[in-house]
Amino acid sequence: MKKVYVNDKVVSVPDTATVMQACELAGEEIPRVCYHESLSIAGNCRMCLVEVENAAKPVASCAFPVAEGMKINTKSDKVKKARKGVMEFLLINHPLDCPICDQGGECDLQDQSLYYGKSYSRFEENKRAVEDKDFGPLVKTVMTRCIHCTRCVRFLDEVAGTHELGAINRGEQMEIASVVEEGITSELSGNIIDLCPVGALTSKPYAFKARSWELIHHDTIDITDGLGSNLILDEFQGEIKRVLPRFNEDINQEWISDKSRFSYDGLDVQRLDKPFIRDDKNKLIPSDWKTSLNNVTGLLKKYKSDEIAAISGSLTDVETMFVAKELFNSLGIYNLDCRFNGSNFKINNRTDWLFNSKIIGTDKIDKLFIIGCDPKREATVLNARIRKRWLSGDLEIITLCTPNDLTYETTSLGDDVSLLSDPSFLTDIKSFFNGAKYPMIILGDSILSTVEGEKIHSIVKSLSDNCEIIRDGWNGFCVLSAYASRSGGLEIGFLPSKGGLNVKQIKKKISEKKIKLLFLIEADDFDLSDLDIKSTKIIYLGHHGDKHATKAEIILPITAFTEKKALYVNIEGRPQFTKKIIQNKGIAVDSWKIFRALADNFNLKFSYNNHEQLLNKIYKLHPEISFINQIISSEWKSFKSSSIKLKTLKSNFAVVNYYQTCPVTRASNNMANCRKRFLKKDESKFNG
Amino acid sequence: MKLIFNRLKYFLLLDICKGLYLTFKRIFKPSVTINYPYEKAPLSPRFRGEHALRRYPNGEERCIACKLCEAVCPALAITIEAEERDDGSRRTTKYDIDMTKCIYCGLCQEACPVDAIVQGPNYEFATETHEELIYNKEKLLDNGDRWELALQKNIDSDAPYR
Repeated sequence: MKKVYVNDKVVSVPDTATVMQACELAGEEIPRVCYHESLSIAGNCRMCLVEVENAAKPVASCAFPVAEGMKINTKSDKVKKARKGVMEFLLINHPLDCPICDQGGECDLQDQSLYYGKSYSRFEENKRAVEDKDFGPLVKTVMTRCIHCTRCVRFLDEVAGTHELGAINRGEQMEIASVVEEGITSELSGNIIDLCPVGALTSKPYAFKARSWELIHHDTIDITDGLGSNLILDEFQGEIKRVLPRFNEDINQEWISDKSRFSYDGLDVQRLDKPFIRDDKNKLIPSDWKTSLNNVTGLLKKYKSDEIAAISGSLTDVETMFVAKELFNSLGIYNLDCRFNGSNFKINNRTDWLFNSKIIGTDKIDKLFIIGCDPKREATVLNARIRKRWLSGDLEIITLCTPNDLTYETTSLGDDVSLLSDPSFLTDIKSFFNGAKYPMIILGDSILSTVEGEKIHSIVKSLSDNCEIIRDGWNGFCVLSAYASRSGGLEIGFLPSKGGLNVKQIKKKISEKKIKLLFLIEADDFDLSDLDIKSTKIIYLGHHGDKHATKAEIILPITAFTEKKALYVNIEGRPQFTKKIIQNKGIAVDSWKIFRALADNFNLKFSYNNHEQLLNKIYKLHPEISFINQIISSEWKSFKSSSIKLKTLKSNFAVVNYYQTCPVTRASNNMANCRKRFLKKDESKFNG
Repeated sequence: MKLIFNRLKYFLLLDICKGLYLTFKRIFKPSVTINYPYEKAPLSPRFRGEHALRRYPNGEERCIACKLCEAVCPALAITIEAEERDDGSRRTTKYDIDMTKCIYCGLCQEACPVDAIVQGPNYEFATETHEELIYNKEKLLDNGDRWELALQKNIDSDAPYR
C-alpha cells in the first residue's frame, strides 16, 4: 500500500494503482473518454489530466502509476485549464449534431463538454468529415463523430478476440476502420455501441426510435442462452426499444451477446394471440380458451397414458414445467422430458448437470479441458471470460470435439469422441491436469445429445474423479448447456419417471405410431423433420408461430419472457426472475396457467391459485432454487465406471447458425439480417 | 368642519362632476379602440401565437425529430414519433400538438435547435370543435408555409437580441 495525497486528503492505495484509481478512492471524479475499467489503458484522450506536484506538465491520470507520498491536485486552475484545452481540441472536429444523434442525452462527451467545453467555437477552418464504414446490420457508424478513443478497437482485440478493427493513418487523417469490409463478425459486437463514448457507433435497429430520456428501464434476464445474463430492457410506449447489459460480476460482467441484445424485435412479429383448433377441413381456426381447453381435455381422456408424451423447449420457465409435471404425473403420464435436443445422462444429483465451478470460477482456472461444445456460440459471454483469463497467462487449454476458432489458443485432441474411451487417454489427461490448482472440465450438452451421450457423461465423470477435478472448495466439473430452460427443468425434474420415455425413446415411439398425443411446450427445436407424425396429434404451446405450430392440432398461445414474471435457472443453478414489461398479446396467458386450468377440468385439487402460491410450493419442494440470485451448491457424488467402449463419432459440435436458436430469435428481423450477412458461406446448410 | 365639507361635497355632486370631467376630456382626444376584426393592434415580433413548422428555402422540412420540444413542453402537449427516412436522415413520422393543452409559453421554440417549431403571430384560430385544435404535422407544416414571410421577419428582428 502506498500513501498519496489527493487534494490534501490522505488515501492509501495498492502499489499498482494508477493516479486515477487513487483519485477515485479519494472520491474525486476524473473526466475520461478513452479509459475503461475492463479494457487496457490507452491514454490517448487526455481528458483525465491532473496536476502532480513536481511534475512539469499535467499528467494523464489513467496511465500514471502512483508513487509514495505523491501529491495530486485535481482541482487547480492549471488542471481546469488543461482539461478545457483538451475538450476544445476534441470538439474541433466533432460535429454539432447532438439533436439527431442517438447518443444524445447519454453521451460522455456531451456531459463533459457541459463542464469543460466552451459555449462557442474558435475554430474557423473547415471541419473534417470521415466516410461512414459498413460494420454490418447491427452497428451503425457515423465516423465523423469519432474522437479516436479506440475503446472499440481494444474491446475487439482484448475481450471479443476477433481483431477486426484498427486505426489507420495518423493525426487529422486518423480513422477507425475494419480490416476487411465484411462487417464486424464477432458475436459480442453490440458491446462496442455501449463502449463508444460518443455517437460514432450506435445501434442500427434502434436508430432514431427513441431518445434516451424517454425510455423506461426494466431489469430482467436473458433467455437466449444458458447463462442468464442480466439485462436492462428499455421500454417506450409499451414496446421494447433496446436491450442493454446490466452489470453482474458473477455472470456477464458488463457484456452481452448480440443475440441477447438485438433479438428483441422478434417479440413483436409472428406472435400467437389466440388459440387455434384444427377443423375437419384441416385448417387451423381461431378459437377461445374454453373450447380449446375442453378439446385438450377430451384428447387427454381419449388416449391411454402411455400414448401421451410432453416435451418442453428452450424457453420454458420453471413454473410451467412444474405445473405440467404435476398434472401429467397425476394423470399417470410419465413420458416427460425437458431435454428436447435428446441429451441423455444418468442423474445422481444436481452436480451432474450444473456448471459447478460457477461462471466466476473461470477467473481462476489454470488448466481447462473443453469437450464437445462450442462456447463461442453457445455461451458467448462465458467464452469471452475464458479468453480474458487466458490473456492474463498461465492457462493451458485442451479441447476435444470443439471448433477451433474459440478466440484463445487451444491444443486440439481431434474430433473423435471415441478417444475418451481410449485407455492411454486417461493417463494423458492425468498428466495434463497434474499440478493444477483449479482444473476445469467443460462438458458440452451438445455432445451429450449424441447416441453415446450417456456413456460420455459417465466417462467424463469418472475422469474428473481420477484427475482430482473435484477437491475441497473446488468443483471443476462443468456441464455447459445452451438453453435457458434446461437447468430449471432438470432441477424440478421434468424428466421421465416410473418407466416413462425420454426424448429419444419418444421419437422412436412416434415413428412406430405408438405416441398418439404429443404436448410441445415451446419445443420448436425438438427435431420432428425425419418423423412421420400423421398419427400423432400435437398440442402446441408457444408464443410464436414457429416451426411446429403448423403441424399442431391445437395451438395454445402463451406469453413470452417479457410479458411474464417467471423463474429461470441458469447453468450454475442460479434462479432468477424475468419481469413483466409489456402487455400480453391478445388473449395469450402465462403457460403454467394452462396446465392449472386443465387440472380443474380433471377435478384435480392443486393447492395453488396464483403465482405466489405456486412459487411457494416450488420453493418448498425444491429448496435449492428458493434463494433468488444465489447458488446453493451440492455435494459431489464420486462415481466409478467400469471401462466403457465408445463408437467412433466425428464432429466438432460447432453451432452452425448462432443467430437463430429459439422461436424469438427466429422471428427476429435483425437476427435474419445477421445470418444473411455473416453466415452466407454456410447458407447451403440451412433449410428454412 | 370636516362634516360640513363632506355634506357640501355630497350636495354639490362634486365626485360625479369629477368623473364626468374625465369623460368629457376624452371626447376631444383621438379614439384608442380599434375596429376589430377590420383593424388590428400591432404585435411584438416575440408574440407567441399559433404554432407552425417551418421549412428550409429549398422546401425541406426543418424538423429533425430531436424531441427537445417534446421534452421541454411543461403541458405535455407535444407528441413526436421519429423514424429513419429512406435517405437515412432523421425525420418525424408524427408531430402532434394539442392546442388545448398548450399554455403558449414558447419553450418549444426556445428549445428548437433548427428553428423548426415556432409560435407565429396568428391568434385567430378558434374552432367549433375540440378535435380541430389537435394539430398534426400536416397542419403545422401548412401553417409554416402560410406564415413563412411573417415568421422569418419576426426571427430576423429578434435576432440581434439573442
